[in-house]
Amino acid sequence: MSLFKPRVPLAPLEYTKRLWMRAWVGLVLFFLYAPLITLVAFSFNDSKRNIVWRGFTLDYYKKALDNDSLMIAMGNSLTIAFISTIVSVVIGALAAVMLWRFRFPGKTATEGAMALPIVVPEICMGVAMLVFFAKIGFPTDLPWPFSLGAIIIAHITFCFPFVTMVVRSRLTSFNREEEEAAKDLGATEWQAFRDVLLPHMKPGLVAGALLAFTLSLDDFVITFFTSGPNTITFPVKVYSMVRFSVTPEVNAASALLIALTVILTTIALKVQSRMGGTPQGH
Amino acid sequence: MQDWKLNRALFASIASAPILWLVLFFIVPLGLVWLYSFGTNVGLTEIDISGTFANYARALEPLYLGIFVKSVGVAALTTIICLVVGFPVALAIVFATPKWRPWLLLAIMLPFWTNLLIRTYALMAVLRKEGYANQTIGWMWDNWSGLMTFAGLQPLGQFEPLPLLYNNFAVVLGLVYVHLPFMVLPLYAALDRLDKSLIEASLDLGAGHLRTLLSIVAPLAAPGIISGIIITFVPALGAYLTPDLLGGTDSQMIANVIERQFKRANDWPFGAALSFLLMYATFIAIAFQAMKSRQAERRQ
Amino acid sequence: MATAPKQPIISIQNITKRFGAVAAVDNVSLDIMPGEFFVLLGPSGCGKTTLLRMIAGFEVPTEGRIIIDGQDMAHVPPNKRPVNMVFQSYAVFPHMTVTENVGYGLRIARVPSSEIKSRVEEALALVKLDGFGARRPDQLSGGQRQRVALARSLVMRPKVLLLDEPLSALDAKLRAAMQFELADLQEQVGITFVTVTHDQDEALSMAGRIAVINRGLVAQLATPSDLYEFPTNRFVADFIGSVNLFDGRLVVDEPDRAVVDSPEIGRIYLNHGVTGPHDANIHVALRPEKIAMIPEAKGKPSAPECPEGDNIAHGQIRGMSYLGDITIYEVKLDSGRVIRVSRPNLSRYDQEDFTWDDKVWLSWHGSSPVVLLS
Repeated sequence: MSLFKPRVPLAPLEYTKRLWMRAWVGLVLFFLYAPLITLVAFSFNDSKRNIVWRGFTLDYYKKALDNDSLMIAMGNSLTIAFISTIVSVVIGALAAVMLWRFRFPGKTATEGAMALPIVVPEICMGVAMLVFFAKIGFPTDLPWPFSLGAIIIAHITFCFPFVTMVVRSRLTSFNREEEEAAKDLGATEWQAFRDVLLPHMKPGLVAGALLAFTLSLDDFVITFFTSGPNTITFPVKVYSMVRFSVTPEVNAASALLIALTVILTTIALKVQSRMGGTPQGH
Repeated sequence: MQDWKLNRALFASIASAPILWLVLFFIVPLGLVWLYSFGTNVGLTEIDISGTFANYARALEPLYLGIFVKSVGVAALTTIICLVVGFPVALAIVFATPKWRPWLLLAIMLPFWTNLLIRTYALMAVLRKEGYANQTIGWMWDNWSGLMTFAGLQPLGQFEPLPLLYNNFAVVLGLVYVHLPFMVLPLYAALDRLDKSLIEASLDLGAGHLRTLLSIVAPLAAPGIISGIIITFVPALGAYLTPDLLGGTDSQMIANVIERQFKRANDWPFGAALSFLLMYATFIAIAFQAMKSRQAERRQ
Repeated sequence: MATAPKQPIISIQNITKRFGAVAAVDNVSLDIMPGEFFVLLGPSGCGKTTLLRMIAGFEVPTEGRIIIDGQDMAHVPPNKRPVNMVFQSYAVFPHMTVTENVGYGLRIARVPSSEIKSRVEEALALVKLDGFGARRPDQLSGGQRQRVALARSLVMRPKVLLLDEPLSALDAKLRAAMQFELADLQEQVGITFVTVTHDQDEALSMAGRIAVINRGLVAQLATPSDLYEFPTNRFVADFIGSVNLFDGRLVVDEPDRAVVDSPEIGRIYLNHGVTGPHDANIHVALRPEKIAMIPEAKGKPSAPECPEGDNIAHGQIRGMSYLGDITIYEVKLDSGRVIRVSRPNLSRYDQEDFTWDDKVWLSWHGSSPVVLLS
């Protein structure tokens, strides 16, 4: 029976050293990563049918980059994400300061309403935006980048509550006496905010901005309901491509977006660990 | 905390932008949908808010009720699978060495930051008829068949690729694939907060690992387990993309029906009613979680 | 009737525990006898808790064997060991009542419920918690929660009860009361107690025997009074109580007397032999309360049981700290070395006898100094 016992017995709480546990975690990670890794690997595959490995090529990246409509969609996505992030950070930070700083009637209701865009199913928010822009008759013939306005407004609406959440949790660690000390030394309300509170909020703002950027860049469902034929974003374009076929070109485009996300996430984690901010999920 | 009356100008300058934005671009649109849900179509684009409940009544017809029930079932199944698969993973992360823990967490988090569409697409490439899953199974089939011939047995027949895509199986698998991190993270947070000596005390008093898990770990991690369940269940219930891309004709979920009303069938009032039913279901789930976690906190 | 030599209840044989390259416990061997109140004492991080957790089965030794009641524990998981533990955090299950907590182990052992009921009540009475059965842990004070943890372990009737820093989370008054209570309790139930602590007062007041642990090694294993009066090394002398340590040279070493020459305090006479290497550099420990102090004006004293001129030093008071029952003086010797001397305040005005900058004579008995070779 000693055959089946490890030579050195495990301590009872060393769950992670147990073989079945390791196998389990390994299988889960395989399940999570194998599809993504094959996707990236086959973007370099020199075969149209995307099934058997035929050798390394960058052709499909070239093709993806030469595909005008794909690149226009990418440009739209980045523009939308950029503008949405800036506005979301401003509005989100203001909301965070408001909820952190003030006592006012209807505060609980406001807090609840601020959390709503996070919990409401995407599809409901998407149709709400569709109905809203149809009702107010949002012009569809504006020149670029104003034509993206509807999408940008929708994105800001679902991004800024996330920024609020991140910044607010950062604010809880602020020592109020620092602000009082600044005022004691003669700073005005604005100067105290600029010189004391804002620097403290900075890691939260950066983390919130990166979160908003990723959310905006990734969103499909809500954009799907607000985009028109001239305002295609990258995910919407990819959606129309993948609906019926699996091609190496889509793999290449996807791999580019994955790379972008990984880079952004790495920056976010670096910034957070350097600034000592609390890591945030959603 | 400062009373807003002490400095009204400051409060107004801080609060006006977010509150205005939220009201104008969130509350008003949702309110419109809510109003439409009591309306009827007149003409091609005109909608008359007549205060009718006909849309809700139609949603309760067997066809739509069936889809609703099915969506809840699929979301529940997804949640259960995520819980069963995710719990040991969360446990492993909690008890991993400090060197490994952040990497394991990152490994779980990273797919979560990858575009949902891309992850779904990646799964399509794996599951389709000539996908990697079928290739692997086919390869094993052929080898096994060869082995049987070698052993003098009747070889297996020609390998028929399994229908892995465009069915309910693919939808559940896809939802699990997408939502697993949602489950693991709150479980991890709850287990990490748990005082490890409670587990040791239980073992010390003679309980085995399973008994300890059921009578000590599970009750104490209950708030985390419940929030993991809700965080997984809510988006799974409202999932649009996964059933749309991975499902077959019979695996439509509620979100797909809503989309069809707005984009194809052009029956906005009915779509609005369905949207609000989905939202109410979501709110009930969240209220349930809030109630349960408050109970659990009071019990501790 | 001849009594058979007692078998140790716990026999720790050449136990080593390494975490990576660091040995938390380094080749320790110990025997703990049945019915003993045994204390593992040492500074934090010395390996004492690791040793306790290896006995309980929560850590696996890298080398060596642990034998409990004649049985090798190498492959016995904690839930199958005849020992129970009281955790430092008490680890009282927050979602169970006091009764449910105490009965938990019995329920797992499938003891009939009527017996569980009576044994739980008995255990609660033992720790003076009768009537608290229906309470939840959050309705209990820290001291009461500890009693629940104690009852929960005692109700299992273990062969050995392990206690990890049992008093560290209690306030000073409660701690003093609990020290006596634990010792009483141990006598009452007759179970072997093995306690880990970093607090020397706690160890001295409760223990039958103490193993002082330092850097994973047993520095000394002895009764409390032997540890205090006959330390065998500088670590123990310094760790237990307060002490003045001097470096010196052993110049005389005969069966009935020894003399150490210390540049810091002069000639130290001992009225017994020390069997140390002659002329070697050694250390002498002298406890503050064993030094007598008189004002310089009273003239040079002579130390009892010493040759004239030995065990005497002259100095000046540089600091005082009045502690109520005693006063501790810092005396700067003529050599420049500062030593501590303590005096009981025998009368209410005693502390006024000496004050800052007073010149004083110090002397001590020939049996007081302890020679330490390491």
